[in-house]
Amino acid sequence: MPAVSKGDGMRGLAVFISDIRNCKSKEAEIKRINKELANIRSKFKGDKALDGYSKKKYVCKLLFIFLLGHDIDFGHMEAVNLLSSNKYTEKQIGYLFISVLVNSNSELIRLINNAIKNDLSSRNPTFMCLALHCIANVGSREMAEAFAGEIPRILVAGDTMDSVKQSAALCLLRLYKTSPDLVLMGEWTSRVVHLLNDQHMGVVTAAISLITCLSQKNPDEFKTCVSLAVSRLSRIVSSASTDLQDYTYYFVPAPWLSCKLLRLLQCYPPPEDGAVKGRLVECLETILNKAQEPPKSKKVQHSNAKNAILFEAISLIIHYDSEPNLLVRACNQLGQFLQHRETNLRYLALESMCTLASSEFSHEAVKTHIETVINALKTERDVSVRQRAADLLYAMCDRSNAKQIVAEMLSYLETADYSIREEMVLKVAILAEKYAVDYSWYVDTILNLIRIAGDYVSEEVWYRVIQIVINRDDVQGYAAKTVFEALQAPACHENMVKVGGYILGEFGNLIAGDPRSSPLVQFNLLHSKFHLCSVPTRALLLSAYIKFINLFPETKSTIQEVLRSDSQIRNSDVELQQRAVEYLKLSSIASTDVLATVLEEMPPFPERESSILAKLKKKKGPGAVSVNELEEGKREGGELNGGGERGGDSSAIASTPSPSADLLGLRAGPPVTAAAPSAGSLLVDVFSEAGVNDDGFLRFVCKNNGVLFENQLLQIGIKSEYRQNLGRMYLFYGNKTSVQFVTFTTTVTCPGELQSHILHIHTWNSLEPLIEGGAQVQQVINIECLTDFSDAPLLNIKFRYGGALQNLTLKLPVTINKFFQPTEMASHDFFQRWKQLSLPQQEAQKIFKANHAMDTEVLKAKLLGLGMALLENVDPNPENFVCAGVIQTKAQQVGSLLRLEPNAQAQMYRLTVRSSKDTVSKRLCELLAEQF
Amino acid sequence: MICENWIRFILIQNRAGKTRLAKWYMQFDDDEKQKLIEEVHAVVTVRDAKHTNFVEVFICGLTCYTLFPLQFRNFKIIYRRYAGLYFCICVDVTDNNLAYLEAIHNFVEVLNEYFHNVCELDLVFNFYKVYTVVDEMFLAGEIRETSQTKVLKQLLMLQSLE
Repeated sequence: MPAVSKGDGMRGLAVFISDIRNCKSKEAEIKRINKELANIRSKFKGDKALDGYSKKKYVCKLLFIFLLGHDIDFGHMEAVNLLSSNKYTEKQIGYLFISVLVNSNSELIRLINNAIKNDLSSRNPTFMCLALHCIANVGSREMAEAFAGEIPRILVAGDTMDSVKQSAALCLLRLYKTSPDLVLMGEWTSRVVHLLNDQHMGVVTAAISLITCLSQKNPDEFKTCVSLAVSRLSRIVSSASTDLQDYTYYFVPAPWLSCKLLRLLQCYPPPEDGAVKGRLVECLETILNKAQEPPKSKKVQHSNAKNAILFEAISLIIHYDSEPNLLVRACNQLGQFLQHRETNLRYLALESMCTLASSEFSHEAVKTHIETVINALKTERDVSVRQRAADLLYAMCDRSNAKQIVAEMLSYLETADYSIREEMVLKVAILAEKYAVDYSWYVDTILNLIRIAGDYVSEEVWYRVIQIVINRDDVQGYAAKTVFEALQAPACHENMVKVGGYILGEFGNLIAGDPRSSPLVQFNLLHSKFHLCSVPTRALLLSAYIKFINLFPETKSTIQEVLRSDSQIRNSDVELQQRAVEYLKLSSIASTDVLATVLEEMPPFPERESSILAKLKKKKGPGAVSVNELEEGKREGGELNGGGERGGDSSAIASTPSPSADLLGLRAGPPVTAAAPSAGSLLVDVFSEAGVNDDGFLRFVCKNNGVLFENQLLQIGIKSEYRQNLGRMYLFYGNKTSVQFVTFTTTVTCPGELQSHILHIHTWNSLEPLIEGGAQVQQVINIECLTDFSDAPLLNIKFRYGGALQNLTLKLPVTINKFFQPTEMASHDFFQRWKQLSLPQQEAQKIFKANHAMDTEVLKAKLLGLGMALLENVDPNPENFVCAGVIQTKAQQVGSLLRLEPNAQAQMYRLTVRSSKDTVSKRLCELLAEQF
Repeated sequence: MICENWIRFILIQNRAGKTRLAKWYMQFDDDEKQKLIEEVHAVVTVRDAKHTNFVEVFICGLTCYTLFPLQFRNFKIIYRRYAGLYFCICVDVTDNNLAYLEAIHNFVEVLNEYFHNVCELDLVFNFYKVYTVVDEMFLAGEIRETSQTKVLKQLLMLQSLE
């Protein structure tokens, strides 16, 4: 039994640790540490050469001090010295110190790499593993440069020990993840795949992680792994619980390896070879069968290990989505877990079933569990389990069960955790719309939603109910009646008032015949809420009032009275005052015909993608599991909306401000005919150009600072800095006028796919909604590049200047090249790598005319600004420019090479970009072609 | 992407929040590490037997958020408590929960054999050996070796070296 005693080996260290533990206060601890540091420093500086043991002990003490959270600024050299010791324990402490306190000190890196090199060639498996573990733990680019060539050789060499192979495989994986451009595929590649057949299960376990990663990046090259993985899996699955001895865990043969094999298979479509496919299906069936067998042990370890494989197998079955029989069996198995006493299993079953619900083969089978899932929503104690239950209900919802599910979700909302209410509200709203057979049910549902969780009902939700009511004349009367009733409640949510104001303003006439909801009763009801509401809602109500004057002439005098009162016509809020003045005037001078024309019923909204769905999509961060359900939602989303046209968003209602169409003040500015406030000639919307302004965008490809946008009112400056895959952008908004900007808001959105490629977060200063005349405010945006991307994030700015709404959308100059890290290399290396990137899709080329003078210095400055290293003396033709760099994204690194060939006579350029990723080459080429 | 599935870090903490092992497989700077250590402690220690052994979190470069439960879930902490110690592994949300839950247990059983009824103090006094155990079983954020017999044999061999 290999048991070790406390502090075994280094007494001094054990004493020191005990001392620290006995310190009564933080001060005492610091004092003791400082004493020790002084002692160690003097030992290291002393004349007497330290023996290996002492050096090891002191380095280990330094490490302990560092792990306690104190800075260590010496001892690195002594640690490096330990690396060349030929005693294992000394070497181990040296490597550990280096791995924990990585230092980019280039002098040391050289020495460390030297020591590693010696150990790798020592043929001593223990030392080789130490060296490989150090590389795997540090994984720096310098190490990749030094060892990316050597490690594949160690991995596939015939005489390498098994334990070294295990370390080499994962070490190589680490280098491939950090510096994919340095790990070159070669003759070793095919031999790596065959490690799946290795006798030693530990080697297979380690190698399969490497193979999975490599085959994702180079699926064709690694295709043979599919049949090898299937036969390996089949051997494990069919083995008896004791066959694999060391690799049997609580009677389950090789659970981790089985999971990894099943995961590797998820990188590929179902095997084409019938025999392989048959064998795999047999494996999957066996795994499902085993789940039904009585357990071989009562220990939770046994069932966990067994179920780890089962869930992975189910993932593969869902990934293939082609075997109805297996899908239904998987669903039944998960159904049993839904009632299991283990919370973990209930949680995982709900999660896994969510994806099964989107398969046409298993959708019906999933639906049979509805009662259990509803019960989980009501009774689970762990909120994350309830969340999964809600997700699953959403996923299994269709026309047959929509009413039941929506009702359950609504009742859950009353007690739901605050953190998930908004998402729940969106889901209810989507389901209600998607599966509405009769629209009265839809209207009831949304009004209930507002009643129960009004605070969480975002604009998109109530805009949408109005869009739908306006577009469907069969529901308008019902909507008016229902909203009128809802408004009777003594306390009703402001969102209810908004919907009520809009709907009664448009369709109040449909219920005016009933004396209980006569025009005046309707008006009084709305107006009784007026003083409790915020300014935007009051503005909306004022618009409803002027519509009332049009719909019901008998209310004219009452409403005029209200408009004329000081609290309206002299309201301190410019917007409200302006509306009161204008509406009063309009009602008194316009003839009935003019009034009827101006205030005509709203025309139907153009059919488009549900804005709510767009919002839910936006809310889902990268890696969210529910992509399927959303996609499905989109597919069926067309039912109410006809076309399901893309690109609709929260501005669905706002559209372009036009003077007469939208008097309801949902978003648009006041009519142009309005009396000018203080702004004078600048009143007209200076940002009226529709669409996105991207003039400034291209100017920032090769620079990070400057003015992004400027007009008569506003100047926007940018400063940005980038480090690896992260960036920080400072935006400066300058008010060039002498008048305040009010309700100043900015939003950054990532359109479409970009959301999952870039992630930005507004951090510290959220903007004040007010910018004084002549003042400048600053905003900081953090950016993280997840994978490569082509689109740019959009910055939307809205504010009121002298009452007029200004609305501007700009492309934020975040381009893929910002995440470049320059790579210096010699001519030979450059052309070697150039040749390696020779697949046709890896290259992008453009020939284009010069837009600017072809000045060498200017070109150089621009290329440097691009972020790559500009390589001198590499291209045989001195007129040409070549650059190299690595784009750092979170997911991967993309090595890129560039060659720019100017032709002064023709005033043309030829630009060639080669990258390890095709989309990157293409995008870089597009961006750069506009720069010269 | 399945290639995204690897262990981002392994933490061993006691109930008071003292770190007994921190092994990072992803680049974080020291402040981020400290923040993560605190947040993991905060989310894990409030959970009891009625909860799952999984906590989904959101971690993002410069700042780490652990909103729970959340719309933005990119990672999850899979944890298991042994007496006063929490063993936590952070992996991608799409990774296999139970496989890592048992990987923790497998690791703990190895520690238990190696230190002969392991207790918190063993991890304190032999911190440098714990790193060796980790590296034998997990490397580069992946599972390296799962056989307890093989790992213990190797550790015993190393123990005998001078």
